[in-house]
Amino acid sequence: MYLASVGPLRTPLRRVPGNVVALGIVSLVTDVSAEMVTAILPLYLVFGLGLNPLQFGLLDGLYAGATAVLRLVGGHVADRWRRLKTVAGIGYALSATSKLGFLAAGSTVPAIGAVLAIDRAGKGIRTAPRDALISLSGPPETMGRSFGVHRALDTVGAFLGPLVATAVLWASLNDYNSVFVTSFCLAACAVILLTTLVRDRTPQPSPAPTQLPVFGLLRDRDFRRCCLWAAALGLLTITDSFVYLAVQRRWDITTSLFPLLPLGTAGTFLLLAIPLGRLGDRIGRWKVFLAGHLALILALLLICGPTGTWWLVLALHGAFYAATDGVLPAAVGPLLPEHLRASGLAVLQTGQALARMAAAVMVGLLWTLWDLRPAILTITLALLAVTIAAAVLKPLEVRR
Amino acid sequence: MSRRLLLAAIAVITLLGGAITYVVHARTGGATENAVPVVTDQPMTLDARTLYFRNLAEGPDTGKLAAVPVGDPGAARRVGELRCDRFAAARSTAICLRLKPGSLPPLTDMIVLDANLHERHRETLPGTPSRARVSPDGRIVNWTLFVTGDSYAATGFSTRTGLYEVDTGRLVKTIEELAVFVHGKRYFASDVNYWGITFAADSNRFYLTLGSKGKTYLMEADYRAYRGTAIAENVECPSLSPDGRRIAFKQKVAAGSWRLAVLDLATHQITHPPETRSIDDQPVWQGNSTILYSLPNPAHTLDIWSVGPTTRPELLVSQATTASFS
Repeated sequence: MYLASVGPLRTPLRRVPGNVVALGIVSLVTDVSAEMVTAILPLYLVFGLGLNPLQFGLLDGLYAGATAVLRLVGGHVADRWRRLKTVAGIGYALSATSKLGFLAAGSTVPAIGAVLAIDRAGKGIRTAPRDALISLSGPPETMGRSFGVHRALDTVGAFLGPLVATAVLWASLNDYNSVFVTSFCLAACAVILLTTLVRDRTPQPSPAPTQLPVFGLLRDRDFRRCCLWAAALGLLTITDSFVYLAVQRRWDITTSLFPLLPLGTAGTFLLLAIPLGRLGDRIGRWKVFLAGHLALILALLLICGPTGTWWLVLALHGAFYAATDGVLPAAVGPLLPEHLRASGLAVLQTGQALARMAAAVMVGLLWTLWDLRPAILTITLALLAVTIAAAVLKPLEVRR
Repeated sequence: MSRRLLLAAIAVITLLGGAITYVVHARTGGATENAVPVVTDQPMTLDARTLYFRNLAEGPDTGKLAAVPVGDPGAARRVGELRCDRFAAARSTAICLRLKPGSLPPLTDMIVLDANLHERHRETLPGTPSRARVSPDGRIVNWTLFVTGDSYAATGFSTRTGLYEVDTGRLVKTIEELAVFVHGKRYFASDVNYWGITFAADSNRFYLTLGSKGKTYLMEADYRAYRGTAIAENVECPSLSPDGRRIAFKQKVAAGSWRLAVLDLATHQITHPPETRSIDDQPVWQGNSTILYSLPNPAHTLDIWSVGPTTRPELLVSQATTASFS
């Protein structure tokens, strides 16, 4: 027995770059802040303000599109200025400020819309430079593990958010403003942690400055194929809310337990993010990325099939996230030159996000036309076909 | 570097301290005096001479069930100890919907009360309170709750309407199983929502709103046969007059804007009382011609107004909502 196998729990974390852990902690605190607002927002709008909730249904889809575009802007500007940390910080600060906006907006619907838009804008701007920072903070061989550590910490924050919100509501005797103030204070703490604990990585200057380097990037064959495959898979990825709805219908889960289903996914994501990231480092990240889609396919087939249990579906759904969410940027990051890392990752993730939005619309449409089960079954089989195609054509074969 | 860390630590501690101070202040803060004259320590029971409502005036008694004489709605309000977000009564039965504090996702307590306003039965249901009614003979209580996360749009809301038979204890958590017909054909859709039940005097015929694919329908339903038929379009939150001949409702004029309207069930004629402001409430009938409803006021709370078929709207009770007679 040699030393490495004696302390398998300690060694992997110790070798994770400090900058990645620092970014993970910033994300953790930010996610507590964000999720506590998400958890009480419907309650606040309907009950605190007495607004008619049917007015709010459409807001979300609108902002998802704007976020996707701002992600491209954030990535591009960060590369252009060669200031990844500064641009990420602007994004974090914008979201923090928006929390106080709820106090100022009162019950004015357009003002609440504007506050939500600022929050999403901040999220859009910070994502690409932050992921670029993670990818530049450690050696390329262990990038999967770096992203795994970051995503695991991030998910811990998502877990804690609703709990903190409940505690604040309990302590303040149902005062919603207390939740917004606490959320702002935590988000501001995260900005301070970012400025003090995270060290900026200045990418090497670009050899020949181009006007819009993103289009140059897409001329790179490997990168272009990764983006296309990620988008194609995203186009057939059934949105979370549909998965939970289908699980609820299939196993007749009581409505009071229904909002807790995402915790099952998040729990598995949390547990598997680091192991699957490391597995990707060892056997190839694209393989793990595709295996994640197989987990999703299996989960969806269980929903449509005669056997299986709901917790197995949620576990597979969490495994899908653990094998894809951090693994994809880890797989593609090394393909990108340092001076274009943020914009490249932004292009990749925006393509995937837009494809998933289209998928949500498509599933909704098929659902109303055919009912839920045939809709899910059809899309799952199409996803299986594309996953197999992506495995056979292997865009990352040479450089894993 | 260590100085920067020290500064950062001080800033973090200040922020967290600020949050805790704010929460503690919110807990202990709030007005200690009632903004309007209030009479306490008088027993409150259900009788035909009283108008019941939820007191919204700032002070220690805000949110409590309050009452004024029907003949003198401007009198000082009596408040009891009962806290209800929605309240309705008929004969010797009342329903009280109350959001369970500190519950995430939100839960609502549905409490059935007797003529002395003592608890007879309680159910805890998912969602936040929206509408509550009691059938005219007091045998059936019904409610509508707003539920989140039920629809495929992430922030989408849906409504869940249920009822409870007070004598038999039969509980219908959601009336989604109702067999419904629109334009003569059995209607199926995955996005069907129901809200705002109103019962006729026989506790069998009832009306409610069906919402689906961006449209709303007034459904006339039979409780024993458990089936309903659409009899009009663009009708929300129906309220049947005591003589069973007319339905007051909110009629959508634009997104987020509704007008008070009255449908004559025999002639299918729709008339509009002289109230032009947008209302978002299930109206209440006082007799067979006067209609009560809540409207927002400049203090960001609600007032109860009344309007007749041709008489101008009148402020009935300020700082109050969910009017009810028994």
